[in-house]
Order: sequence, then structure tokens, then C-alpha cells
Amino acid sequence: MKEKPSPAYLIWGLVVLLIILHQDNWLWDNSTLVFGFMPIGLVYHAGISIGASITWFLATRIAWPDELDEQSAPVDQKGAN
Amino acid sequence: MTQFIIICIYLALLLILGMFASSLFKGTKEDYQLASHSIGPFLLLMSIFGTTMTAFALVGSSGEAFKEGIGVYGMLASSSGIIHSLCFFVIGVKLWGLGRKYGYTTQIQYFRDRLNNDSIGLLLFPILVGMIIPYLLIGVISGGIVMQTMTGGPGDTGAFPGLFPTDSPATNGGLPPWLGSLLICVVVLVYVFFGGMRGTAWANAFQTIVFMILGVVTFCVIATKLAANANPDAPAPGFMESLRICSEAVGESHATRSEMSKTKFFTYLLIPLSVGMFPHLFQHWLTAKSAKSFKLPVVAHPVFIMIVWVPCVLIGIWATTSLVPARPPLPSNPNAVLPFLVKTQTTPILGGLLTAGILAAIMSSLDSQFLCIGTMFGTDLVTHYFGKDRFTDRQQVLITRAFIVAIVAVTYLLSLANPRSVFSMGVWCFSGFASLFPLVFASVYWRRLTAPGAYACVLSVLATWIYLFKEAKFGGNRSYVLELEIGGTTYELMPVVAIFSVGLIAMVVVSLITKPPEEKVLAKFFPPANADSNG
Repeated sequence: MKEKPSPAYLIWGLVVLLIILHQDNWLWDNSTLVFGFMPIGLVYHAGISIGASITWFLATRIAWPDELDEQSAPVDQKGAN
Repeated sequence: MTQFIIICIYLALLLILGMFASSLFKGTKEDYQLASHSIGPFLLLMSIFGTTMTAFALVGSSGEAFKEGIGVYGMLASSSGIIHSLCFFVIGVKLWGLGRKYGYTTQIQYFRDRLNNDSIGLLLFPILVGMIIPYLLIGVISGGIVMQTMTGGPGDTGAFPGLFPTDSPATNGGLPPWLGSLLICVVVLVYVFFGGMRGTAWANAFQTIVFMILGVVTFCVIATKLAANANPDAPAPGFMESLRICSEAVGESHATRSEMSKTKFFTYLLIPLSVGMFPHLFQHWLTAKSAKSFKLPVVAHPVFIMIVWVPCVLIGIWATTSLVPARPPLPSNPNAVLPFLVKTQTTPILGGLLTAGILAAIMSSLDSQFLCIGTMFGTDLVTHYFGKDRFTDRQQVLITRAFIVAIVAVTYLLSLANPRSVFSMGVWCFSGFASLFPLVFASVYWRRLTAPGAYACVLSVLATWIYLFKEAKFGGNRSYVLELEIGGTTYELMPVVAIFSVGLIAMVVVSLITKPPEEKVLAKFFPPANADSNG
């Protein structure tokens, strides 16, 4: 039976998608005002900011290293120097 | 005078906050430098956000939008929303875990241990400190200029017309920059000196709330005022109608990106990677109470950037319209556009409050940087070379404090020389930190990274950075870009592309051809997934 892909791949996929969508060449010369006052290029990139927050929210739900708190108990306070 | 009084009240509040934080000080080095790893999600969000958003977030964003149009949001803000949180998630959380486990306070301690090489610290130290100092200077100088602009005025409208007269009516009677910068340095010094990291985190949280709220309030007032200028005889339009009037007056070049290079826009995406290598952010990450504390900063950071930047970008493009009265004329410096509009289009009370907001953005970055450099001098040089056991915890706190005082004093004295050229260094420093990102990423995820590979990365980044910086006339040519010609078309690239690529290639090649790291080092930093957490 095939192993299920890690949910982290979904997050990396979304991050790559955000980076691709960030380069919105198709809106470069568009001066439409959304809601009558927001230039469409600005609305679009505000949407990218919201999309980034949603992606990172998903990351905290499905790809968060929950074991890190346990693994990070101090072991060697003298080792730092 | 109203503005001056409001600024004084604000600075006094910060001092009270710093002194209150110091009352909780436990007297240990760990408490002073890392607030005993006690910072929860909300404070972590606010302190990290306040640290990454410098004065540039308020005055620079509107200034750049005034100059370049709406494209600056995509170039600097939405890109940061994706990349900053990515850095917090893939680098910050991991480094927090390692720092907590092995007791690191500074980035250099981590690299020395991870690369099992002591001298890497001596190479990194001057580079990291050298790239932060221009930032400190930009903050201190900007603070002085903002104070003077906002407290000055024509005739006897300035705060101290008889005491500090100037030739320019815009700054006449305003607090002179040397005094404004001194005031800022002293206030930051007091709350960092007494409050340490806890005071810094609290002050950052307070200041972040201040500049976010005041930014939105200023936006609403300026929108209404500018729209009213369109038809002074008619009743003032409502808020939504005001927004519409202001934006409809904007020319096409500023409402689109028609004059912006697409490849330059794309390659700007590398710049926000700098947060992965900022030593002051490393220290902030280590203050987290738990890995879970990172969740809120990771999620909320992009939206917080949006809340601050969208209003400032809109104000910047509105400033290019005929709605702005011809008299007094707009300042020639784009970064002065926002303070100018606040001063000419709003009331003295709002002017004073916004000045407090701008100072909040400046100081919330300065404090972390002062604390970080003081900690690095104390920990990576003095304690490291003289021996940790030679000093008690209290003595180490004293050493850190002494260095903080010295650094604040040196920064202030350097700012008096008024080296305007440091302003052009901002993006170069970001490029330098961003180009070192492969090093920190590889140290966390790549077992094969070796100390010679790290040296190759740092030295090649340094050499390429110096070469390109010289080509750009030491920052004098602010529009300097690399030009790549493919098939007869020229593509503009940010210099960071070359610096980043050279560093990355040098690191990978040299690591692969040198002896792999020792097994004990790998076992320490890459334990098997099912290993005992304390082993």
C-alpha cells in the first residue's frame, strides 16, 4: 500500500502557489478601482497577504512540529560558550 | 507646542513601562537577555512585528508609494507577508528549539557550536554588527528629523521659536535633530538598560499597538480632509465617498505598475529572507515560552503588515494628486510626505499622536538592536574569551549593560556627523543579511554543511557585496540594478540575486569537497526522530 503524502507537502505547495501568484503580470497595467477606491493591483496583493495568513494558519494546524516542546528541554547550559 | 507635549507624554509612558518591567527582573543573565524564555504568543507577535517594522513601514511606505505607485506594496509588503512567516516557521521555531536545548543566547554561539568551529564567530561578528549599525543610525537620525519637522513651524507656531530658529519655515522653532535624537537614545537606553529583554518586549508591544492604531486613524482623517479639498464649498463627503474621491484623482502611473520592472519586482522577493539572519530576531525568537508561542506570530504577521501598509500606500499615491493644496509646497524628500500631510491636513493633536506613532516604529526596532549588539559583545567576545566561569550571572548582566550604554553613545555620536549616505545603505544591509540566509537554512536542515563551506559562503557574500556596493557608487546610485540580457531583451535584477547565488554556490561546493562534519556534531543537531529527547 502506498504511504500517504505528508500534510506538510500541502503547505509547501501553497507557499509555491503564493509565490507564483505574487508575480501578477496580468494586472500590471490595470488601473481599475475596486469598491470605487482601491486600485486592483493593491487589492490583489492585500489578498496575497490574507492568503499568506491562511496558508500559515493551515501550517499551524497540519504541519506544526508539536514534538518540539518536549524535545527542547534544556540539556547543557554550559555548552553554549 | 501641542505636538511637543504629546511626544513628551508618550516618551514618559515608555519610561514608566521600562521601569515597571525592571521591577520584575530576576537578576540573572538569562532573564536580562531572554526574559527567562517567558514570552507568550501575543507579546512575541507584537515584539517581532514591532522589530521588523521600522520607521520605513510608516514614512517609507508612503514615501515610496508617492514615488513609485502601488507596486511598492507587492514589492515590499505582500512579499514580506509570505517570506517573513516562512522564516519564522522553518528557521525561527527550529532555532528556538536548539537554543532552548543547548542554552544559546546569540546567533554566533549557535554557529560556533553547530559548525564545531570557534573562529567562525570572529568572522561573523564584525559582519553582523557592521550591517546593523547603519540601521541604528537610520533610526536615530530619522527620529531627530521627525521631531524637528513635527515640532517646528512658520513664525511663532513652532514649539521653541525663540530658542531654535531655523532658516526654513517648516522647521523653525522645532527641536533640533541633535536634541531629538538624544532624547530618543536616552529613552530607549533607559528602558533597555533597566528592563532588558522583558522591558524591550513590553515596550515593543505597546509601541506596535500605538503605531498600528495611529496609522489607521491618520488614514481616515487625511482621506476625509483631502476629499474635502476637491470641493471646499460643498459639505464634507462621507468616509467611503472621500476614499473614492481621493483614489479617482490618482494618475494611471501610480494606480498601476506600468513604470516598474517586472523582473526587479520578482527578484525583490529575496530581500525579506534577511529576517532569517537578523541577530536581533534570533534573540527575540529565543524569548518564546514554547514552540506553540510561534503560532500566532506566524499566522498574524502577514495581516499585520497589510493593516499598516495599505493605508500608508494609499496616502502616498493620494499625495501625488491635485487634492493636496499647492501651498505650502510638498517636500522634495518623499519620506517627508506623510509627516507633511499630517502637519498640514490634520490637527496639532493628531500631529503629535502620529509623531508618537512614527517614533514608536523607530524605537521598537532600535531597542532590540541595541540589546542584541550589547548581548553579542558581552557574550560572544568578553564571556567567550575570558571564560564564562570567571563571571557571575550579575557580572554578565553588568557587562551587557555596559556595552549597551557604549553602543548607544557611539551610535548617537556617529549620528551627529549626519551621514546621510546611511539612508542609501538600507537595502544593501538587507541584501547582505538575505544573502547569508542559505547559511542559516543549511545549518538547520543540511547535515553535509561544513565549517569551510560556511566560511566560503560568508567570504564570497562579503566579496560580492563589496564589489557590487562599489559599483553602485557606495549606495549613491539608488536605482542600481543588474542587467541580464537574454534574446535581445534586458531584464533588471536586484543585486541581491548575484550576492545570494554566489554565497549559495560557494557554500554547497566547498561543503561537498571538504571533510564531512563529525558524527558527534550531527548526532547533536540531527538526532534520530525516535531518540530520547534528553539524549
